[in-house]
Amino acid sequence: MSTVIEVKDLNLWYGAHHALHSVNIDIPAHEITALIGPSGCGKSTFLKTLNRMNDLVPGVKIEGEVLYHGQNIFDPSVDVTQLRKNVGMVFQKPNPFPMSIYDNIAYGPRLHGTHSKAELSELVEKSLRGASLWDEVKDRLKKSALGLSGGQQQRLCIARALAVQPDVLLMDEPTSALDPASTIRIEELMAELKKQYTVVIVTHNMQQAARISDKCAFFLLGEMVEIGPTEQIFSMPKDKRTEDYITGRFG
Amino acid sequence: MDTHTLSPRRRFYDKGLRALLYFCGILTCVLLVLIIGYIFYRGIPHISWELLSTQSSYINDTIGILPNILNTLYIILLSMVIVLPLGVGAAIYLTEYAANRKLVAVIEFATETLTGIPSIIFGLVGMLFFIQMLGLKTGVLAGGLTLVVMILPTIVRTTQESLKTVPDSYREGALALGAGKWHMVRTVVLPNAVDGIVTGCILAVGRIVGESAALLYTAGFGLVLNDFFTSLESSSATLTVALYVYASERGETAIAFAIATILMLLTLVINLAASLVGRKLKKN
Repeated sequence: MSTVIEVKDLNLWYGAHHALHSVNIDIPAHEITALIGPSGCGKSTFLKTLNRMNDLVPGVKIEGEVLYHGQNIFDPSVDVTQLRKNVGMVFQKPNPFPMSIYDNIAYGPRLHGTHSKAELSELVEKSLRGASLWDEVKDRLKKSALGLSGGQQQRLCIARALAVQPDVLLMDEPTSALDPASTIRIEELMAELKKQYTVVIVTHNMQQAARISDKCAFFLLGEMVEIGPTEQIFSMPKDKRTEDYITGRFG
Repeated sequence: MDTHTLSPRRRFYDKGLRALLYFCGILTCVLLVLIIGYIFYRGIPHISWELLSTQSSYINDTIGILPNILNTLYIILLSMVIVLPLGVGAAIYLTEYAANRKLVAVIEFATETLTGIPSIIFGLVGMLFFIQMLGLKTGVLAGGLTLVVMILPTIVRTTQESLKTVPDSYREGALALGAGKWHMVRTVVLPNAVDGIVTGCILAVGRIVGESAALLYTAGFGLVLNDFFTSLESSSATLTVALYVYASERGETAIAFAIATILMLLTLVINLAASLVGRKLKKN
């Protein structure tokens, strides 16, 4: 299976705080890679490095390489807007814009130069279907997105990310703010999504990681302790610390 | 609180303080009502169509404040056209772009201090800078520019405050879709801050309407009717300055009260508009 993102010896500092220590990970295409670990272990920081959202944090310093299809994303020649178009992101708390459902989805395509009405409508429908939200909202596309339930809002955010036709989808604890029923829907959706996209998900919920991911990486104190097929990580972890964490001894 | 469980001494304090506060409240209300009532009582009988639609004439010995109404509008127009892009632009730069947090803190402190400076000082600086150094004539241009300097800090602060109320999650959402910084500001940040910006502007207009000290030396005392372009460089009294002229130099107390009434009504309208527009935009 081909590798989409290759992380080589990645170090990251927030000011004096060394948040990531020499992380090496390969992220294979069309699989779900889950990042697990206790709070503050650097998994979200790592995720946000993959589409350079960490650039926004004042005082951040990054060393090492993140190769996206062989190209180092920190290279000065890389257009960060293009990178973010290809590597989409879904946040922990649903963050729809205070606009209509339609305009939320059309925001990305418009931004990247699609203005024809027919094309936009097609993209909106396709993206909403892709996020299995179409049937629930097709009659109220012009209504405000803020009127949707939390779970619907999160699927809307997924649809919004899909609308720019990305290649990789980063998800930062996408279900932690949702109720169990909405969580199940999003998990089902992720299984669909991996057919077309490469998914990297940060999760606090180990059962979730076990249910949905193909590969699992365990982070602790800024270090990537262990990565392997999910089954192996949960049944016979190589590292003592991984075992302690997944058996609930800390975290 | 259950007062009957208190000792007599504390009950006395409690009652006494309550009475004192009650008295303060009542006194404030009474003062306000008296002032407004007195001005209306003295002013309203003297407001006539003739007063509002003509200019003063020594030959006919009539008084009209149309030039002053127009001068006020000219100054509002001129100052707002300049201060709005400048102030909103500066606020956007400070909240969205500026990377040097220390410098931003210094600028924010400076703008905050500037908002508290007595307006006569702005008038003095305006006179020295715009009229003596740059050689402008006393008029709407010099007066308007002085007011720009005076309300700029207010516009910057109110705009900054409303930009800060836009949740960061909107910004992140836009950036994560590949939006550039300006595109994000234009499509996600500004539309959600516009209510605060508009409210700030209306309040700034209110300040312009009420300003006199900063205009005495910069816009002048002229009572002659001019079009906008002539007024830029000819002495032009706004309503507040005209009030001062009529009250203290010509002894026309009745006219002064009429102008005061008009100013109070204007202020009322402006404040109502500010809260209405703010609420209306917030809803959408």
